[in-house]
Amino acid sequence: MHALLTYGFIQRAFLAGIFIAVACAVLGLFLILRKDAMIGHGLAHIAFAGVALGLFLNILPLAAALAVAVAAAVAIVKLKDRAGLYGDTAIGIFSSLGLAVGILLASMARGFNVELMSYLFGDILAIEPLEVGLAVGLAAAVLLAVRMNYAKLLFMTFDRESARAAGVKVGRLDMLLMVLTAVTIVLGMKVVGILLVAALIVIPAAAGLQVASSFRTAVRASTAVAVVSVGAGLGLSLVLNIPASAAIVILCFLAFALFSVVKKGRGFSARAK
Amino acid sequence: MDLIVLRDVSFRYDGTPVLVDIDLTIREGDFLAIIGPNGSGKTTLVKVILGLLEPSSGSVEAFGKPLGEFSDWRKIGYVPQKATHIDPFFPASVEEVVGMALMSNRKPRARSGREGRDDILRALDVVGMADHGKWAIGRLSGGQQQRVFIARALVTAPRILFLDEPTTGVDAETQASFYDMLDRLNSREGLTIVLVTHDIGIVNKHVTSVACLNQRLVYHGSHEDFCRSGVFRDMVTRGDHFISHEH
Repeated sequence: MHALLTYGFIQRAFLAGIFIAVACAVLGLFLILRKDAMIGHGLAHIAFAGVALGLFLNILPLAAALAVAVAAAVAIVKLKDRAGLYGDTAIGIFSSLGLAVGILLASMARGFNVELMSYLFGDILAIEPLEVGLAVGLAAAVLLAVRMNYAKLLFMTFDRESARAAGVKVGRLDMLLMVLTAVTIVLGMKVVGILLVAALIVIPAAAGLQVASSFRTAVRASTAVAVVSVGAGLGLSLVLNIPASAAIVILCFLAFALFSVVKKGRGFSARAK
Repeated sequence: MDLIVLRDVSFRYDGTPVLVDIDLTIREGDFLAIIGPNGSGKTTLVKVILGLLEPSSGSVEAFGKPLGEFSDWRKIGYVPQKATHIDPFFPASVEEVVGMALMSNRKPRARSGREGRDDILRALDVVGMADHGKWAIGRLSGGQQQRVFIARALVTAPRILFLDEPTTGVDAETQASFYDMLDRLNSREGLTIVLVTHDIGIVNKHVTSVACLNQRLVYHGSHEDFCRSGVFRDMVTRGDHFISHEH
């Protein structure tokens, strides 16, 4: 294992994977507490259309997916506001459209189906240096944006009306959160694939929530679950020659199960750590 | 000083009038109760004042400025009606809940670090919750949660505090100490308080002025004059829904 870590492609996978894991865990907390956990699935389906478009037009699929997912995130927020749709409805409309467009593009250009598979199921070990730079830079930007708006995001998530009354511009924050989620989903799909990326958003955050009685501890616990799962999942993938995406998601679930047992064992803690 | 001034404010919801031609001035130092039967527009009025709802017509001024130009929202504290119905599993400590209000988008003079923490502890001390800073908010009783939400409203050192039915679902003993605390904030700290309530017992014991609402402003004046005016007797005679707790 130690020898494996000297390979550049493995170092790149660990570096990108850990940055993306932290971004997924932190955003996942806000999304779960807003009852928007399924947005991950929706945006992943939309990103599928972006990947297919990128392959079809022969441009970097990650960049195309990023543009399509961010545009769709903005459209979902606008549609919710203007058409008075429930959140899930707008997400359902755009995710179905995303899948349909992706399937159409894939059928029109049969040659790229193998590459498309790597995005569907994830292939972090094949990440290119350019993609690592993009992933680390964007994940850091996502975390910085959350850090700068931390109190406002928390206030809005906890008590939207009081946040508005205190001067928090909740509409702008909704948009920011959706755009950050779109960026993170696109980054996450390189780690675990379009089909499993929602798990990276939801499961570490859900695990952290099992044992936390303050938001700060929830952030720490969720981040720890995500980072350990990605790191250990990559390690297991190399040692056992199994798909990294599956290993990562199964480890996330095991952490969730463990934390649920811990919660049940000690009862809900009254004191924040 | 006039803190809040409403002129000819009306509000319609889907064409149905909720507030009609409201003229109301809230002065510094007031302890004002907004009362009225169910559906009389009490909560809507507060939301219009806070800028959460746009009036259909008329104007609202806060601290001498039209609401659209007013930016120092730290001067206004708000404890909403639904504060007693928070998600009990939300992972937030008491200190985190109070600290949320230190950030205001419309006036980003956020205090952070040690200074911010001092503000949080001071606000918790005012409401008698300083020993519970590390507790999870969901583990507190309804009365304790309300104190925390008031601390959150006080942490920015507001000049006026709005409370919308703050003791719904809270037992009578806790209510009594809660309103005694509001009395202290009003009389000793000089905080202007606007309280939406159904409870005539509270009105009789604690407030200095009354605004009686039934889509229109039926009465606005001192508590003593309100008791003499017969407005309350007429409302009770009509069967308007009120409760009365003696504290």
